[in-house]
Amino acid sequence: MTCLPASQPGQKKLGLVIDLDTCVGCQACATNCKEWNTSGMSAPLPDFNAYSAGAEGVWFNRVHSFEAGVGAAGKTVHFPRSCLHCDNAACVTVCPTGASYKRAEDGIVLVDADKCIGCQLCAWSCAYGAREFDEDAGVMKKCTLCVDRIYNENIPEAQRKPACVVTCPTGARHFGDLGDPESDVSKLVAARDGYALMPELDYQPVNRYLPPRAHVVPEQGKPVEDAPTPMDIKSGLLRWMDKVLTR
Amino acid sequence: MKPAGSIVFFTVASGAGYGLLVWLGLLAGTGLLRITVGGLLLAQGLALALVTAGLCSSLLHLGHAERAWRALSQWRSSWLSREGVAAVLTYLPVLGAAAAVYAGAYPLAVALGVMGAVCALATVYCTSMIYASLKPIKEWSHPLVPAGYVVLALFSGAALLAPLLALLGGDSGMPALQVLIFGALAAGLKWQYWRSIDTARPLATLESATGLGRIGATKPLDPPHTQSNYLMREMGFRVARKHANKLRALTLWGGLLAPAGLAALSLGAASPMVAALPLVLGLLLAVAGMLLERWLMFAEATHTVTLYYRGN
Amino acid sequence: MPGAEPQIDYSPKLGDEVKTTTCYMCACRCGIKVHLKDGQVRYIEGNPDHPVNKGVLCGKGSAGIMTQYAPARLRAPLLRVGERGAGEFKEISWAEALDIATGWLGKVRAEDPRKLAFFTGRDQSQSLTGFWAAQFGTPNFAAHGGFCSVNMAAGGLYTIGGSFWEFGEPDWELCKYLLMFGVAEDHDSNPIKIGIGKLKARGAKFVSVNPVRTGYSAVADEWVGIRPGTDGLFALALAHELLRTEQVDAEFLARYTNAPWLVVRNPGGADDGLFARDADGKPLAWDRARGAIAAATPDLSAVLAGDYLLADGRKVVPVFQLMAERYLAPEYAPEAVAATCGIPAARIRRIAAEIADVAFNQAITLDRPWVDVYGRHHATMVGRPIAFHAMRGISAHSNGFHSCRALHIVQMLLGAVDTPGSWRYKSPFPRPIPPGPPPAGKGARPNTPLVGNILSFPQGPDDLLVDDAGTPLRIDKAFSWEAPLGLHGMMHTVIANAGADDPYPIDTLFMFMANMAWNSAMNPGEVIRILTEKRENGEYRIPHVIYSDAYFSETVPYADLILPDTTFLERWDAISILDRPIGSSHGPADSIRQPVVQPDRDVRAFQTVLIELGARLGLPAFTKEDGSPRFKDYPDYLANHERAPGVGPLAGFRGPNGDKKGVGEPNPDQLQRYVENGCFWRHELPPEQSYFKHANAAYLKDSKAMGLIPNENQIVMQIWSEPLQKFRLAAQGHGAKQPPEHLRARVERYCDPLPIWYTPLEQQMHDVSGFPLSAITQRPMHMYHSWGSMNAWLRQITGSNKLYLARERGEAQGLVDDDWVWVTSRNGKLKCQVKLMEGVNPDTVWTWNAIGKRAGAWMLTPDSPEATKGFLLNHVISEWLPAQEGFRSANADPVTGQAAWYDLRVAVEKCAADEVPITEPQWATLTPPDNMPPAPDMLRYTVGVKP
Repeated sequence: MTCLPASQPGQKKLGLVIDLDTCVGCQACATNCKEWNTSGMSAPLPDFNAYSAGAEGVWFNRVHSFEAGVGAAGKTVHFPRSCLHCDNAACVTVCPTGASYKRAEDGIVLVDADKCIGCQLCAWSCAYGAREFDEDAGVMKKCTLCVDRIYNENIPEAQRKPACVVTCPTGARHFGDLGDPESDVSKLVAARDGYALMPELDYQPVNRYLPPRAHVVPEQGKPVEDAPTPMDIKSGLLRWMDKVLTR
Repeated sequence: MKPAGSIVFFTVASGAGYGLLVWLGLLAGTGLLRITVGGLLLAQGLALALVTAGLCSSLLHLGHAERAWRALSQWRSSWLSREGVAAVLTYLPVLGAAAAVYAGAYPLAVALGVMGAVCALATVYCTSMIYASLKPIKEWSHPLVPAGYVVLALFSGAALLAPLLALLGGDSGMPALQVLIFGALAAGLKWQYWRSIDTARPLATLESATGLGRIGATKPLDPPHTQSNYLMREMGFRVARKHANKLRALTLWGGLLAPAGLAALSLGAASPMVAALPLVLGLLLAVAGMLLERWLMFAEATHTVTLYYRGN
Repeated sequence: MPGAEPQIDYSPKLGDEVKTTTCYMCACRCGIKVHLKDGQVRYIEGNPDHPVNKGVLCGKGSAGIMTQYAPARLRAPLLRVGERGAGEFKEISWAEALDIATGWLGKVRAEDPRKLAFFTGRDQSQSLTGFWAAQFGTPNFAAHGGFCSVNMAAGGLYTIGGSFWEFGEPDWELCKYLLMFGVAEDHDSNPIKIGIGKLKARGAKFVSVNPVRTGYSAVADEWVGIRPGTDGLFALALAHELLRTEQVDAEFLARYTNAPWLVVRNPGGADDGLFARDADGKPLAWDRARGAIAAATPDLSAVLAGDYLLADGRKVVPVFQLMAERYLAPEYAPEAVAATCGIPAARIRRIAAEIADVAFNQAITLDRPWVDVYGRHHATMVGRPIAFHAMRGISAHSNGFHSCRALHIVQMLLGAVDTPGSWRYKSPFPRPIPPGPPPAGKGARPNTPLVGNILSFPQGPDDLLVDDAGTPLRIDKAFSWEAPLGLHGMMHTVIANAGADDPYPIDTLFMFMANMAWNSAMNPGEVIRILTEKRENGEYRIPHVIYSDAYFSETVPYADLILPDTTFLERWDAISILDRPIGSSHGPADSIRQPVVQPDRDVRAFQTVLIELGARLGLPAFTKEDGSPRFKDYPDYLANHERAPGVGPLAGFRGPNGDKKGVGEPNPDQLQRYVENGCFWRHELPPEQSYFKHANAAYLKDSKAMGLIPNENQIVMQIWSEPLQKFRLAAQGHGAKQPPEHLRARVERYCDPLPIWYTPLEQQMHDVSGFPLSAITQRPMHMYHSWGSMNAWLRQITGSNKLYLARERGEAQGLVDDDWVWVTSRNGKLKCQVKLMEGVNPDTVWTWNAIGKRAGAWMLTPDSPEATKGFLLNHVISEWLPAQEGFRSANADPVTGQAAWYDLRVAVEKCAADEVPITEPQWATLTPPDNMPPAPDMLRYTVGVKP
């Protein structure tokens, strides 16, 4: 079962598209994910040393910030990082027990906590640091793409998306079928030149990131006129006197 | 990568155990090994004890050791599972061979011994492939890693067998020769490996890990959390360059070449007891060297996830 | 079988109950749905139907569970038994606590009510707390606005009748260009985020002017890394360029602003700079055909420039001319300001050209007929799709009031106020300029309520709260010559002034969720010193300190009586129409909180306690004629209190049938109706009322009918501010009310009727050459207005802070990341770690604010990074400006009294290698009250899912 499912034509690949041009780094995805999942199918997500030094917990979503480029010409980028639900998921194939698996029906990579022996090899094999070891329970946990939300009939249909997507205030996170070229997310990726992380590893992530838009380089925009002379200013004021204004 | 004590001990102990099984199986079969039945049984027992101790130690690394049996199920995809299967399978011919030796059924013992040797080698290879198949860790995902595991297993097996034979009053010449050969081979291999990982281009960069290279050189600003986490404790461990160089030299000279030299010294010894002295010393050095080499194997390994945190 | 995929429960129930309420993890007031299982909070999500957040929820709101269940929650009333600061308390009953409080407060009220200083923090019930203070009879009331927003409030309310802050918003749907000043994260947390998402989706241009490139600035299409405190100058340079190139919406100015109003030019005279008015007191304009005529004449054809003579011989000139003369001066030319602002002149000119291009060449026309106050029908609404937004980075400087006004000037020049695509008023704004009656506070007498609102709007010197000698009547000196427009009070001066008995000593300091002994004070060490200071008779300088909070903050140990509050999920509350309701540009709205979980501690909602104290003290509004309590509790008050006939705390569902809006008889079922409606009420404006609200007849009429504004008159925006000129005239010696001599020059200079720019006061008044760097702070997005570090999830994200500085500058000093440095200001020094970054103005350092905690507070262990690696910049900020001739002023804006904590200048120096790697200053470890159980080592928070 830790063999990856054979990919069918038109294979459904549920995943996220994260717009780095829009993400302001507010951490909503991180904490909403935490509150959903700490009582979700991977419950609980423990926090160690919760009120002292060395506080750290299990989180499925972590938001980094980076600076790309130098000085004012550069860009600060907030960068949410979570499981990419790779097509070629090494975390699945390395699993010795079959606990880690990729679903044939929608491509979600999950861990069966009852089978996990806690060898942590999947964490070693994940290039992106998406695996989260619950050192209390001794089992590996990870982003489930909110599999207990997205098909949940007790949730209004509009909200049947991963918690991080529903809560994102800027709408920087999108959810859908990246296997379907006609889906909204696929079109968005095509339109915005979306990309996969670390393609050189050939893990073939499903999730895509949309790059920050090319921004204005100061003073390379349209030309502006020369600095004015004092004469211009004087005449400007005089001209106001002749303006005819009505209500 | 953080050196996990249980894993370091496991690979060193089981490596030596499997190496010993290989030599016992191959040398006994080809008649190159002069050893008493009792000595052979003792050596086999020692090998199995080391292998078993190592495997037990590896269970300590698990969050749920009681479910370890499940690890035998995914041999089609998982090198860890294959290692488990191979490890379990190795017991069968080796125990069979021991029984055959005990029963005096030597042709059967030879056949089973050779099978055991093959299984042992396969197990060591599987172990090495657990590491070598991990693409995010460029120091592990390296062709010299499997070769290193196999050669070092053979070296440490020989380093074990040689003093054992000498202490039993037998001729330790053949295994001492193996110590010499494989010690030198291992030293060359490690030297080549270290040179290779030192000069290797990084597998991925923060620019490719984030896709932000299109904007420019990328540096981390703030981490997701201000304190550490599982990933950074596990994958973020780094040994200082200066420190690593010392440990490398110690491994190379003290752990590999010194035992090889001592083995060479033993070849001219007047009696097994005289030969035993350098060989025992060589074994101790080899064991220390193996532990050091495995520790370094982890400590020098870098994982791509640290790119996100440290930029390198 | 071993290989099979596990059965997944795809449709687990979220709980057994879901309740709506309003989030209080910050001041944004989002609607939330709280899912409960067996009374425990399972999940908090944004309410998709709510007008504020429309279903989204930020990082704070989503971490509400951890604030709800934090071990730092206070458990029962406490009475101090040891010395102040020692943290020795005994648990007492509520009856005892209320008896003690009533005793202290009753004595003060009977002797001199001014000796109660009642200050609240990020209080969302100011319509109650302020009313209670007035009923008590003390003028000494305010919330934390003097720290936070008063420059924005005063700058806006005295200029355009609305404000950036949380009372205005860009037209997110239509704006084509957003220019944002000094906003990293702020009030309106989620609406701004939702809006930026919309701008991005439409590809509108977003320019952020901010010394630091994080948060919103990170996603801006253009980042302008301005030098702190120079935004006003930058804005006036934009005004210079717009005027110079004549890219100005003259029609907008003539119709909707006081640009055509005539100003008397009589240098040295008592009427100099005042508006020329007709016999009825109505301001005059110069009509092209008819000469001087009431500016409100419907068919006015006004001139905007020229010198004119009135019939009575007075020389007058239109406001526009005065403005143009000032801003066309060479001192506001881009070349002249470039070095000060740190922005090249060409860039300033380009940005001016861009905003002019958007305003005038890309105007929006909506086919939406409307009628203006003059009865004229307009077939369309024409908009200038350029929006401004501004907040903290403007506000927290001592030149912030004028900088804020400067931004509004640019908006008016562009015709970009409440038009399609521009900045828009949020209900209940616009309001008349200035909005209301003068502040109450004169003539405080024993056992007598003050009439009116304590925090209100002076129109001139007569409205100031000063005695005949010019001495302040308020303990914080708001509404005095030191801060004539101190609309929000000056919380930052209360304890400092009380410590100096200046202007008089106080007896009882009553605080609500204001962490004054730590991050809510400039210079906390001084606050701690004063709170623990004793007079020669052995009595504390401030004899009684009553504190209400839900959590064990740094201030708890310094109080004598602790009244433990409920959490936001445990109480009724109102985001009242009388205070700061949740209205938007789409119409008025307000909301409530309802209890969704029951307290497991002996705690009471502060508002209910206050109402009971009001009854015990016999405050007229809180007692019936027979002396019995008028209200059972806060919800009873919310439904039944009437501030004026038919006007109560909540605007929705009024009247016996619940069908009246704004004005109507109290409805006993009102709260129930709110609950049924998702805990909010709103009125959606019809399309014809959606823009030009300041002059939109239908809007003004309906708003008056709902009680939101006092009359239907046009709200004419004030470029030239007459109230300021009145203060200035007084400083020039005119009128009976005169500023004290030591403030005369200051009032004359800073009460300029047109926006000016000046170097922040603190930087003018000491030699900054040894302190080359501006030092500012911002709160991380996931903690903005979010109380304390007791939240186990949020403190993992940010549990310590570093000082960020420009890489080039850091490297020039030989600094690398994580180096320890000393940060020195004129007021002191602190030790912290540095982090080098690209996206910061090279002359600026900054850090995350209020991450540093005092060891032991918030139920964190003393080794927590908040205490060992976190630090507060507050320790090197002074609450005082450098003393001058024996007198010291608050380190504050000279017009509004806004705390100027962004004016700080520092030097940064690498620590010696052998210094201990721990932040300084360090304070003695606090010990929690005995009745608080220890915090757990590990959390495994989960509700109702797995056995």
